[in-house]
Amino acid sequence: MSLLDIRNLNVSFGSTAQPFHAVSGLDLTVNRGEIVGIVGESGSGKSVTMLAMMGLVDAPGRVTADALQFNGQDLLGMKAAQKRKIIGKDIAMIFQDALTSLNPAYTVGFQLMETLKLHTPLRGAALRRRALELLEQVEIPDAKSRLEAYPHQLSGGMSQRVMIAMAIACEPKLLIADEPTTALDVTVQAQIMELLVNLQKQNEMALILITHDLAVVAEVAQRMVVMYAGEVVESSATDALFATPRHPYTQALLASIPEHSKGARRLSTLAGVVPGQYDRPQGCLLSPRCPYVTDTCRSTKPALLPLMGTSVRCLTPLDSSGIPTHE
Amino acid sequence: MFSFILRRIAVVIPTFIGVTLLAFALIHMIPGDPILVMMGERQIDPEFYRAAMQRLGLDQPLYVQYGHYVLNVLQGNFGQSIVTQEPVLSEFLKLFPATVELSLCAMMFACAIGLPAGMLAATRRGTVIDHVTMGGALTGYSMPIFWWGLILIMLFSVHLGWTPVSGRIALEYDINPVTGFMLIDTLISGEEGAFKSALHHLVLPAVVLGTIPMAVIARMTRSAMLEVLREDYIRTARAKGLGRTRIVIVHALRNALMPVVTVIGLQVGTLLAGAVLTETIFSWPGIGKWLIDSISRRDYPVVQGGILLIATLVISVNLLVDILYGVINPRIRHAR
Repeated sequence: MSLLDIRNLNVSFGSTAQPFHAVSGLDLTVNRGEIVGIVGESGSGKSVTMLAMMGLVDAPGRVTADALQFNGQDLLGMKAAQKRKIIGKDIAMIFQDALTSLNPAYTVGFQLMETLKLHTPLRGAALRRRALELLEQVEIPDAKSRLEAYPHQLSGGMSQRVMIAMAIACEPKLLIADEPTTALDVTVQAQIMELLVNLQKQNEMALILITHDLAVVAEVAQRMVVMYAGEVVESSATDALFATPRHPYTQALLASIPEHSKGARRLSTLAGVVPGQYDRPQGCLLSPRCPYVTDTCRSTKPALLPLMGTSVRCLTPLDSSGIPTHE
Repeated sequence: MFSFILRRIAVVIPTFIGVTLLAFALIHMIPGDPILVMMGERQIDPEFYRAAMQRLGLDQPLYVQYGHYVLNVLQGNFGQSIVTQEPVLSEFLKLFPATVELSLCAMMFACAIGLPAGMLAATRRGTVIDHVTMGGALTGYSMPIFWWGLILIMLFSVHLGWTPVSGRIALEYDINPVTGFMLIDTLISGEEGAFKSALHHLVLPAVVLGTIPMAVIARMTRSAMLEVLREDYIRTARAKGLGRTRIVIVHALRNALMPVVTVIGLQVGTLLAGAVLTETIFSWPGIGKWLIDSISRRDYPVVQGGILLIATLVISVNLLVDILYGVINPRIRHAR
């Protein structure tokens, strides 16, 4: 049985008469100890999906799903108080901007020990020892003095390490990293990624990596889910996805990695932006931006269908040479 | 922390010099000759006039007079009342506890109602609770003090007969002023019913004086809370699995308190200005009433000394607020 099983998740904002679907009909399964990458550009619903799963989407946001199972427990029908016993303990999350994700009014030690106090019976000296141990585990130098430091005294990379220490404090079964390296320097990015993967192996936890940067997940994720405008457009094993992208959007994402445009005068881009509340197209959501668009695409909404071991939401999926398969 | 406090104090010194200049100038801005003004309608002997000029040092150049004035002030000599012949400082000190007692109780009332009201409105944003609370705050803020005081007297003192109309305590009690705070002194005296009487006298003036600060605190708390509740670290706190109450009280409130503490500090000025009106309405024997009485008696040294003392008070409170910032917000404490 998989660790996380989400079926037909919908998240909408705005009035019931004119709702904006931030996430629609999303299916996602994550197995124990697996690394799954969720990619897509800003506004494609990656973060909202995870926040909804954790129950952190507030009214007026509405969350519905056919199933929301974690570790055999039904998150959907669970009372908020009961859910809080799982969140922060078995499911932990780290965010993009670590500097603003830590409370400026409290020390690193306070915030770290707060999580431990909430979910473990540790108190007093044992609590402090565990906090110190966690800081050492995320490779923070001079960990002892860092316990007394305030967030404003830390660098971005250091803050993210503290966030990670907080997240892994109770040895979660699932860690969600929402753009964990986006706000960091390139050199620090690599260090943080390495740390995350090492911790994932040590603790045998599942890791969901949310990013808009394919290069970040390419080497570590076993499976990739590509999202566009609140929908999954392609889901497949990482190798297969990189070798033969089946969806035009995935192809465009791959082409936009700077390394793939070496020697070219301009980086490859996909013109336009993710459609917002008022400019959602009738048919395929990508149709206004898709280079292979047909008239059928503009009027017919494609479904997510299995295709040679992957799932693709496209009327004319690409073949192995990257050309649409027209009948 | 110590050097932080020293730096704050250094910044205050120029403000204080400015205040002494203003208070000094006050006497010299009175139209006409100060001695003639003091003597009133009486005819004066020229010999007596010269002696008075010399005694008061008014024949010296202005800068020398100012120097003397500042030296006197630094030694705690604020001149003496023309009417009672008592030193201004001792009169001030005698009446000051009454004003402090009233202001403190007013501020406690303002915080006790204003802070929870603002937090409630922020966490229930857009609901009926939010609109009712903020509507109430706006009404409170718009209320003229004297009108509000009279309305409350009419309702609670005249109509319902629950509270006395004026004064600090019923006439039958003779309380020895140990601390000057009636609530404490009545407890020390052990006289039966005295504390209750003092409390009865205090409630209405404290509510009247505390109404505007309460409204300001409620509105400020709401907007500061709303801002803080949107912060990333609140999301982090929720992702930790913390309960709503702990998030609001521990994670949001401490950060939201910054602007609220500023406002509370600034309200001390408003409070002293309000005390002048409130003390007059309720015949509360504090410095507000003392100043108003002195103005009508043209007791200039009292007015001059009183203003300087009150200004010093406001400056000190603001200094205290500055230092409090450092306690609440570690970023300010560590700033160089």
